[in-house]
Amino acid sequence: MELGPYLLLATIEGAVTAAVLALTAVGLSLVFGVMRVVNIAHGEFFMLGAVLAWWIAQLVGGHAAWGFAAALIGAPLIVGALAMAADVTILKRLSYDPERTIVATIGLLYIIQQSALMIYGPDARPVEAPFNTGIALPWPEYGPDGWQMIWPWGLGTTSYKLAVIGAAVLILCAVWAVMARTRFGLIMRATQADREMATAFGIPVTRVYAATFGLGAGLAALAGVLIVPIQQAHYLMGADPLLLSFIVVIIGGLGSLPGTVVAAVLIGLSDGIISVFFSPTLAKILATLLVALVLVFRPQGLFGKHAP
Amino acid sequence: MRVVAPHLGLLALLLSLHFVLPAYHHGNLARVMVLASFAMGYNILFGYTGLLSLGHALFFAAGMYGAGLAVQHLGWGAGPSLVAGIAAGAVVSATLALLALRTSGVAFMIVTLMFAQAGALTILHFSEITGGDEGFVLPQAGRMVAGLDLSDANTRYLAALVLFAVCLSLSLWLVRTPFGRVLVAIRENEERARMLGYDPFAHKFAAMVISGTMAAAAGATYGVLFGYVGSSFAEVQYSILPLLYVLLGGTGTVLGPFVGTLFMFYLIDLSSDITTAHMLIAGVALVGLTLFAPQGIMGEIRRRLWKGLP
Repeated sequence: MELGPYLLLATIEGAVTAAVLALTAVGLSLVFGVMRVVNIAHGEFFMLGAVLAWWIAQLVGGHAAWGFAAALIGAPLIVGALAMAADVTILKRLSYDPERTIVATIGLLYIIQQSALMIYGPDARPVEAPFNTGIALPWPEYGPDGWQMIWPWGLGTTSYKLAVIGAAVLILCAVWAVMARTRFGLIMRATQADREMATAFGIPVTRVYAATFGLGAGLAALAGVLIVPIQQAHYLMGADPLLLSFIVVIIGGLGSLPGTVVAAVLIGLSDGIISVFFSPTLAKILATLLVALVLVFRPQGLFGKHAP
Repeated sequence: MRVVAPHLGLLALLLSLHFVLPAYHHGNLARVMVLASFAMGYNILFGYTGLLSLGHALFFAAGMYGAGLAVQHLGWGAGPSLVAGIAAGAVVSATLALLALRTSGVAFMIVTLMFAQAGALTILHFSEITGGDEGFVLPQAGRMVAGLDLSDANTRYLAALVLFAVCLSLSLWLVRTPFGRVLVAIRENEERARMLGYDPFAHKFAAMVISGTMAAAAGATYGVLFGYVGSSFAEVQYSILPLLYVLLGGTGTVLGPFVGTLFMFYLIDLSSDITTAHMLIAGVALVGLTLFAPQGIMGEIRRRLWKGLP
């Protein structure tokens, strides 16, 4: 293949990464923004979503689409409920002290990950996509008869991958609508702006926190469900999304949702494109160093206005 | 003397255990002493200065690879290699301190985590030199120091004890000097320490370099004593473990890191007979400790029995 089609392919793969990453990172950003909690266990909620998707699809049986649809609704709800339980039993009792909650969520990470190993086992298992037709993509080329469309071999994607991108856009719009247009969103933003003032106005802050933690985990689980037909479910799969979401959230500015989405698209696309030309490990080294240096020299993020 | 006695007592106990322990526990205790030295280094930064680092695996690995690569590629003996490992740790921790100490709180934790992650990935990336995720086994020649064979179980135990004794005395001495008192003052209230005329940055910098160098000494010793250098020692888990050891044993106590390491090591060792998911124990311990006993074992002893415990 020539460079052009190659780049197009990398962009599509990158867009899928970006879509899933944006969902995961928005969950992390929401939790940090509202609760000021750095949730190290966030990647494990992603993994739980994927593993539960496999379990639910097994349970439902029948046509692949039914199992997947059930997983798409069931897995985020279960993970959200688990996260809310963790919030009430652990984080709330630490009064959301930033440093102690980090240690507790590290503990949570190991508990979830190792429980998954014990119950689900060390194997990677696939979930069948509800639909998965191959789509060959055309590429314009200048030939003897002038410009014409050719279909280079290997340049193609699947309908499912495009659907993932579409679904992520829809979900992100829904999250934005909830935050900006509903009463619940208003309450969340009020809590984010000033916790004590919100309490004084009669907002049940502890319940808002539990809901936020559940929502953040649910978004990560949703991303896990969406990715599992492309990438199999495995108990260690939470590490990469966690690292990438951290990178995205920090570069986008801690707690800023639009910044997070922009950074997710940027990182997802460049990850796809850089991995094609350089080694993926090198790409990750550069990204982690970039994040560390951004935090050191520009703690408000590349797009944020105020230091957190 | 009252303060020094229990620490000397522990060292004497460890020395006498050398002659009576069965082979299996003898080997375990050698490992525990090296890991406890790592945890004591961590404790200087976390327990006494109040800076929670999530990147100490970087220092441990700097020591281990500094020593291991010197043996592997330069053909050095164990003595100079250990020095090389410790020097590598000092350089790495000074560099990271200069950058990371510009931040504080949660940002400090994430910055150290990210640099450690970058370090682990770098080891994987240059796999021709470092052996990638398989690591490499140190040749016998690189494990000899002054005619002593460090791969022998008896010498190994005594070498671990020497490292442990040095780190223990250094910690005990350090926290009782005026310098150590200032570190505690910074932990309790940085602004107040500044108002009193101390330079928080200089003190935190020194604490981080001492802490990182001690961790590197433990890493270099671990590599030379047990003969294996691998990238798993640079991963996040090895940043979490010293935190866990210190939390369990008691933050800001000199004996705490050893007590915590001993407990955790045997807890994980016993549980791996039952399940492969032995890090589950670590997770439960982390959550339980933050919830119910943020002081740890020695912290509880200090609170209930002996107020003056260093």
